[in-house]
Amino acid sequence: MPSTFDTVANIISETCDIPRETIKPESHAINDLGIDSLDFLDIAFAIDKAFGIKMPLEQWTQEVNDGKATTEQYFQLNNLCTRIDELVAAKGA
Amino acid sequence: MRIEYFQLIDRIVDLNLADKTIRTEARVPDASTIFEGHFPGLPLMPGVLLIEAMAQTSGWLIIGLTRFTRMPFFAALKQAKLRSFVTPGQSLSLSAELLHEGSGFAMTKADIHCDGKLACNAEITFRLVEFPNPEFRANMDRMATLLEFPREALAHG
Repeated sequence: MPSTFDTVANIISETCDIPRETIKPESHAINDLGIDSLDFLDIAFAIDKAFGIKMPLEQWTQEVNDGKATTEQYFQLNNLCTRIDELVAAKGA
Repeated sequence: MRIEYFQLIDRIVDLNLADKTIRTEARVPDASTIFEGHFPGLPLMPGVLLIEAMAQTSGWLIIGLTRFTRMPFFAALKQAKLRSFVTPGQSLSLSAELLHEGSGFAMTKADIHCDGKLACNAEITFRLVEFPNPEFRANMDRMATLLEFPREALAHG
């Protein structure tokens, strides 16, 4: 079974046509991979489907805009994967 | 259809919140300044406006599903196919179904049938935001009434 990171990296690679080998756990989706908010909707769609979750993008964006969180907390891939794992765990609880 | 005002559907025929589907109808006007340019001697409903009509149909589905708490704004279009000419005076049957409702976005699959044949179809992505101001929301309420939005569906869906 692929790891959360492998699944997310494959989704990003396929959705945004980014070479898979350039996508690292420490990559920031926006700053390093150049993914814009519209492309991220396609990624969110694929992640939601793949993991059976609904990533709370509105809440995350609000927290960043309010200065309560940094983009790294949600959009650096290793952190994003942690959030996804938490959502999956919460779904099964 | 009031084509110059971007009112591209006439009536909501059915809204099924359980199935996450909607059907609307529209009649292409017999005359419009748009047909004078598109095209002289061969008036055709512009494909971009057919796509807008599918987006508006999808939009009312999303407004229903979010119970008038979110306004959908057209964000992306995929797999758009314009399969046949649509001409002045023709009646259109439009439908849409929700493919996915994410956080702050939604995706639909929509189509238009004309004379029983599939005229066009597409997948559309919307950003969902809170209504920008009370006037905007009030105008959408007026439009909902005009289009016979089945508000009773909100109680049962």
